Amino acid sequence: MKIQSEQEKSSYKNVWTVAEVANGAVHPVSYELIGAARRLADARGSQVWTVALGCGHTGEAGSLFAYGADKVILVDDSRLEAFNDELECNILQRLTIRYRPEILLCAATSRGRALIPRLAGKLHAGLTADCTGLAIDPGNGDLLQTRPAFGGNIMATIRSSEYRPQMATVRPKVMSAPEPLPGRTGEIIRETVEPGDVFKVKEILQSVRQNGSAVSLGDARIIVAGGRAMKGPEGFVLLERFASLVGGAVGASRAAVDNGWISYPHQVGQTGATVQTDVYIACGISGQIQHLIGMQSCKTIIAIDVDDTTPMMKLADIAVKGDLFEIIPAVIKEIETVKSKQEKA
Amino acid sequence: MKIVVCVKQVPATADARIDPETKRIIREGTKAVLNPFDLYAVEEAVRIRERAGGEVIALSMGPENAKNSLIEALSMGADRAVLLCDRAFGGSDTWATGYALSKAIEALGGADLIICGKQAVDGDTAQVGPGIAARLDIMQAANVSKVEDVDPGHIRVCRSNEYGYDLLRLRLPALITVLKDINIPRIPTLKNARKARQADIAVWTPSDIGADPGLIGLNASPTRVVKTEPPALRDSVTLHIDGGEPEKAAAALAGELFGRGLL
Repeated sequence: MKIQSEQEKSSYKNVWTVAEVANGAVHPVSYELIGAARRLADARGSQVWTVALGCGHTGEAGSLFAYGADKVILVDDSRLEAFNDELECNILQRLTIRYRPEILLCAATSRGRALIPRLAGKLHAGLTADCTGLAIDPGNGDLLQTRPAFGGNIMATIRSSEYRPQMATVRPKVMSAPEPLPGRTGEIIRETVEPGDVFKVKEILQSVRQNGSAVSLGDARIIVAGGRAMKGPEGFVLLERFASLVGGAVGASRAAVDNGWISYPHQVGQTGATVQTDVYIACGISGQIQHLIGMQSCKTIIAIDVDDTTPMMKLADIAVKGDLFEIIPAVIKEIETVKSKQEKA
Repeated sequence: MKIVVCVKQVPATADARIDPETKRIIREGTKAVLNPFDLYAVEEAVRIRERAGGEVIALSMGPENAKNSLIEALSMGADRAVLLCDRAFGGSDTWATGYALSKAIEALGGADLIICGKQAVDGDTAQVGPGIAARLDIMQAANVSKVEDVDPGHIRVCRSNEYGYDLLRLRLPALITVLKDINIPRIPTLKNARKARQADIAVWTPSDIGADPGLIGLNASPTRVVKTEPPALRDSVTLHIDGGEPEKAAAALAGELFGRGLL
């Protein structure tokens, strides 16, 4: 909503987070958001409220308090089992109009990136996607949102001073979760799905889980990615071993996906996923600009390739020149050795 | 079936280079192209029309030369094209863009189905599609990887997510945003490309779409960029490890990974 007066502006209070709930469990990004919200709320002298929409997750409220929420608005309803844009938007719209949060943070997951722009569209609110930094002006509550723009070439700081609530999304693993305080409690506000919420809502016919236990790109702290020089699907079997050893996800260049060596959800780059992980290990990826745009905001980039003149090897913090099919197995073996020593110690 | 496909002209990246000092991508002087995800949106729109009949209208907002992107959509099979082009639209953020496009769709007499690419590759926000659906108060599905079927009243689609996919049934009118794996866009024939270049592209102003002057452009945009700065510089020194002896290289790399606290 466009703010007409200072009095109206000051009627918006508190920092809200929208918890990511899937299959009755709270996704860890929810705690990262609460951590970010806690810092903003403490600077502003306000509270953290977490909205948890889902099914069968009532027992999870305690963990939201432990990570720093003061209040949890809980809607536990079978119609919220799978993500339904219209339904969740209708509920959030009703709640935000009633309680008037100053700030609302949501995860930049496939759900958040569909839900929050719909909500912002309904409310005429400002929304900044994929923030890497959030700060608050303690005097007026303006949120200073920093995000990479133009493929990570510049960092833009964005405000929406004249509009409330101020909304932002944050990718998983970009902010770190605080230490939980077991036993910390708060107030649960129970809300229900109201008849108006289910008006003009799509049908979800079926939800299929097919990615198994593999870590998805969006959730990963480490990505092990392969390109054309991985030569075929067998190369990606090797990368999967590498990734699972370091608790990471497997990424791929467009060339590898287009050759059918690995499926599209693994593609990193301009027409795939944009990632901001702590570590990106590029194996046999030359680093065409379209790929670099999708991963150059990663904190530490490691490249392994036989050719050390490629853009990726030049961009990398650590560049290993050599035969991929000798070096990767050797690295796997070495990490296994170090890990087993650590476990014994 | 009346289908509106929303497209955006974006800076091309193919001829960008890396600055050796800053390790950042230089995009100055690059030309403009149709947003890569929008190719899949146009293709899907044309395929649905080929099955179900009807009309595909390509819609964009941007400067005069954004007509080039609409010409590309026409050459792929869109029936007609509309460009929102006026100084008053300038400075629009995603909210104001969603509003203007939704008003244009209303001015077209509405649509049964609106298709957008997953996101534009310059802003990377994925906000305009859901923003249009919000303004039109219609159902939406983002990240669609497959259109199962379309009948006069409904569309069934597969929507990808981090865990797998959902099969959804949306009542029309509805809006979907599509992923790259939904289809393989056609290469326009020379004949169609020539015909598209000669096509008459409608250019509309705010008054043509009945837009509230208070809800378009910079003034209606909730977000303001207040500062831009270069990203924290990547350490311009690359640590080179020679992999001539794989075991030694592996030990050196593992040493760095553990030593820097990365593993």
